[in-house]
Amino acid sequence: MTGYDLRRRATSRALEVFCAASVVLALVPLGLILFYVVRQGLPALGPAFFTQMPKPVGEPGGGMANAMVGTLILLGLAATLAVPVGIVSGVFLSEYKGSRLGSAVRFAADVLNGVPSIVIGIFAYSVAVLPFKRFTALAGGLALGVMMLPLIVRTTEELLRLVPESFREGALALGATRSRAVWSVILPAALPGILTGVLVALARVAGETAPLLFTSLNNRFWSTRLDQPIASLTVQVYTYANSPYEDWHRQAFAGATVLIAAVLTFSLLARFVTRRLERMHRGTV
Amino acid sequence: MAKHDDKLFRLSTGIVAASVLLIVAGIAATLIQGSWLSLRQFGFGFWRTRTWDPVAGQFGALPFIWGTLYSSLLALLLSTPIALGIAVFLAELSPRVLRQPLIFLTELLAAIPSIVYGLWGMFVLVPVVRSLEVATPQWLRGVPLFSGPPLGVGMLAAALVLAVMITPFSAAVAREILRAVPTSQREAAYALGATRWEAIRLALYYGRTGIIGAVMLGLGRALGETMAVTMVIGNNPQVSLSLFAPQYTMAAVIANEFTEAADDLYLHALVEIGLVLFILTIIVNALSRLLLWRVADKQLAGAPSAAAPVAAAA
Repeated sequence: MTGYDLRRRATSRALEVFCAASVVLALVPLGLILFYVVRQGLPALGPAFFTQMPKPVGEPGGGMANAMVGTLILLGLAATLAVPVGIVSGVFLSEYKGSRLGSAVRFAADVLNGVPSIVIGIFAYSVAVLPFKRFTALAGGLALGVMMLPLIVRTTEELLRLVPESFREGALALGATRSRAVWSVILPAALPGILTGVLVALARVAGETAPLLFTSLNNRFWSTRLDQPIASLTVQVYTYANSPYEDWHRQAFAGATVLIAAVLTFSLLARFVTRRLERMHRGTV
Repeated sequence: MAKHDDKLFRLSTGIVAASVLLIVAGIAATLIQGSWLSLRQFGFGFWRTRTWDPVAGQFGALPFIWGTLYSSLLALLLSTPIALGIAVFLAELSPRVLRQPLIFLTELLAAIPSIVYGLWGMFVLVPVVRSLEVATPQWLRGVPLFSGPPLGVGMLAAALVLAVMITPFSAAVAREILRAVPTSQREAAYALGATRWEAIRLALYYGRTGIIGAVMLGLGRALGETMAVTMVIGNNPQVSLSLFAPQYTMAAVIANEFTEAADDLYLHALVEIGLVLFILTIIVNALSRLLLWRVADKQLAGAPSAAAPVAAAA
């Protein structure tokens, strides 16, 4: 073996090690963040955190019950707006792949997916806050819904394409029209996957702060009204983090721990369902 | 009858799908409408002016545009080698048992909310950066890159947080690209006596269009990132090369000052910054999509995409 060959081998080895090292390097911050946030957050994370209202400065304890309910309401609003529109648009994209409108919508969905969340916040502010001169839960739900939309559109499209062509052929052979074949046969076959996609999209927007800062704002009180400002977990964490008080910092970390737990649960769930779907598809095709 | 039904189906679903187009157009329209006072008053000077003085009614976006571009490019510089390393490892080198868990973990990095990164950045990263800055030797301080007071908050902290945040995005797309490179390419390389790395380099070269697309996708993310950056960059509008200097980004100034904007011109100036950010991210994302689509048309046509929901999450 010549020196040249040895050098080539050494280079190869070195770069393989670099690649492995970069995986480790990326996972170190993940571990550090999870460890630190959870360690800081857990002590403040008792039952009170889920059932009590925020306490004023100086009084220890208290919770984020209103913020958690607020986040759930915002997510409900977002899903109500985005899921029907997203699924129907996805159906259109997969049914009329080559159409000019289809390509335009696909491109628009990708563009929308890349629009910074803060800009979507400005959009929701202009459409739903400015005309009514009031920050509302509805405006926040709109902002989150716009963020969810492209995710649901693309997931629906991709999953519909995975449904075997024989399903459609069978339906059409039985005399079904195209719309009947889609609504009764093809869409139901893809539905578990699409619902997983919806869950993933919900988990994504649940962690959003920027589009809520000037749409749903925040609320120190218990409120479930859609035409009033509403608290959310993320904005509450942000507010507490920026405060100078130790107590509030602890609360912020507890809130962040809840967010992380939610994200982890959703991700694992989505992964589990996706795995099962893959196995199912392999079984049928 | 069936034909009629078919037309109706196409029309009704088409109208709903067109709403996605409408929203994008609506975003552009509201941004322009919401910023016209500022557009009219400052014109192109808005992009080049350094003064940001709400009290005097003077608005220039240069410090924010600079901060956004500088922090994003620094983050890209840090994250690209790492992201490519991850992609190569997961697509080519990883033992089979480790692959899925590692993919899951790197994608988890992308799923952590921005506010959590910000919180961690504020309480952990910033103090670490500060002690690094304090430890910087005096002779290095003369270099513009390392001048300025050791505050902790500033460009370096922002770039580090951004780099961590965008790495999983670029890595996931680059991994898909690598996996779509035909095995015959690598076999040919091995047959000619190539080492493992030489074969991988060939695969990277084969997928270069897509790899660039993947990196640009990360750039698009970095440009628009708001909360984490707002919490660590120091929020001080200045144009400086210094890594230690507290600076400001477009997204951060909107997040901080939008609800405080008392008069119309102030608000319109902030919306115009949003407009600039919107245009910038659209250009970057469109370029990235075009590159990725070119690859998709060429080689990904038959590739399995069974992990659609997870891919959508990333």
